[in-house]
Amino acid sequence: MEFSSETRQNSLLSSERGIQRTQYPYVTGSSVVALKYKDGILMAADMGGSYGSTLRYKSLERIKPVGKHSLIGASGEISDFQEIMHYLDDQVLNDNMWDDGNSLGPKEIHSYLTRVMYNRRNKFDPLWNTLVLGGVKKGQKFLGVVTMIGVNFEENHVATGFGNHMAQPILRSEWHENLTFEEGVTLLEKCMRVLLYRDRSAVNKFQIAKITEEGVTISQPYALKTFWGFKAFENPTAGADGSW
Amino acid sequence: MESHKDCEINAPHSMGTTIIGVTYNGGVVLGADSRTSTGVYVANRASDKITQLTDNVYLCRSGSAADSQTVSDYVRYFLHQHTIQLGQPATVKVAANLVRLLSYSNKNMLQTGMIIGGWDKYEGGKIFGVPLGGTLLELPFTIGVANSISSLVPTFFASLCGSVTCNEKLVNSLQVHLLAVIICSGSTYLYGFFDQAWKEGMTQEEAEQLVVKAVSLAIARDGASGGVVRTVTINSEGVTRKYYPEDKLPRWHEELEPQNSLLDMLSSSSPEPMVS
Repeated sequence: MEFSSETRQNSLLSSERGIQRTQYPYVTGSSVVALKYKDGILMAADMGGSYGSTLRYKSLERIKPVGKHSLIGASGEISDFQEIMHYLDDQVLNDNMWDDGNSLGPKEIHSYLTRVMYNRRNKFDPLWNTLVLGGVKKGQKFLGVVTMIGVNFEENHVATGFGNHMAQPILRSEWHENLTFEEGVTLLEKCMRVLLYRDRSAVNKFQIAKITEEGVTISQPYALKTFWGFKAFENPTAGADGSW
Repeated sequence: MESHKDCEINAPHSMGTTIIGVTYNGGVVLGADSRTSTGVYVANRASDKITQLTDNVYLCRSGSAADSQTVSDYVRYFLHQHTIQLGQPATVKVAANLVRLLSYSNKNMLQTGMIIGGWDKYEGGKIFGVPLGGTLLELPFTIGVANSISSLVPTFFASLCGSVTCNEKLVNSLQVHLLAVIICSGSTYLYGFFDQAWKEGMTQEEAEQLVVKAVSLAIARDGASGGVVRTVTINSEGVTRKYYPEDKLPRWHEELEPQNSLLDMLSSSSPEPMVS
């Protein structure tokens, strides 16, 4: 995938001095969907890493635990996500070294990530990710998002990328306070299935992660059944006069 | 949430696609996936890309959905008149040449690659490829001769638009640049496979299995291909359409057998927490 330098100079934001604008994502992860439920947070993401339109990597883990109380899910450029994990590992190590009985909770991690992302954005060199941060500490559930330009917010249910268009409408309609684990998983699977049908970069291999006061569990990779049995799918152009 | 996605809603409907045409001992097999995408969105997950031109000649369409549909409509119309004048079924060669005529004379405006396949009594089963530009190639087998430009374009849109509004002219100029650089979409994954797997003089069974396997492999790796596999087999006896939904296709590397839900896989109580 070569990009000529002409495209850089054509950039809308370059001045006469030719300030380089940002970069391009190469290996990208698609949507992450997450919601609050009775005992904590449930987060789901597929395991695909796309290289342009090629589904290059199919076993990428895009959800990782952070410290004792948080889960991070990332979409966008995978190398930038790995860099972020490196920064977070440093923070957690530092936190542990204090050995003072305190530990970084999801609110603190979210705040830290917001600063990192926003400061990179100010330098026109963003980390090309949308991050979902979820966790539980001292009974308080937290679910938030940080985007590549530093936008951050908290919500009861979130999605990144294409999930905003396909999954959020489902969540807005069917999410309610105090979902059970089973209800939460079923709802997330409904969202992931829709993304599988309608998002080009989706891959049929998922992990669902949960975080509660007790800790983090990330499921084994698994695939979802999809439905193709509509009669209309078998021969859509039968009886049609033209080509469609 | 990202504003760059707005630019893709008006992206042209494109069948970044996997299409295949294969000759065998007695006829031809045409195969295709069923995904039509608008940028990143799958506009139709069960489209039919194998279109009838006459009773004995069919066409696989790829690239711009609008362009390929229009070309095939014109060719069907011309072939119909030709059949009446000739007094017998049109040959595959004539059909292919009509497609070429339209593709070549309108090469600056069209973005579609097609595979023509059929059977006639003079030459038997024949496959012709008409890629972008209007070249006509008679081949024992051919794979997706053209593609959607949208394979890398969304990435470009994303990087250029960012938090700024989309500049139409800039985007269009980029599209032209990319078109020259990118070749086929789903089909690139299959060149090596066909080099190894295609044999002269296969039976109908073998040819169909080969096509289904190939399209299924491309679907596994090409984001622009997906859905079900459709095949059309044409020989002296007539035309047979087949339809292969996901459960009838094999699993490839790193793919898992589909489940109804994670809940089926877990034990009745919640799993033990794992802190890694």
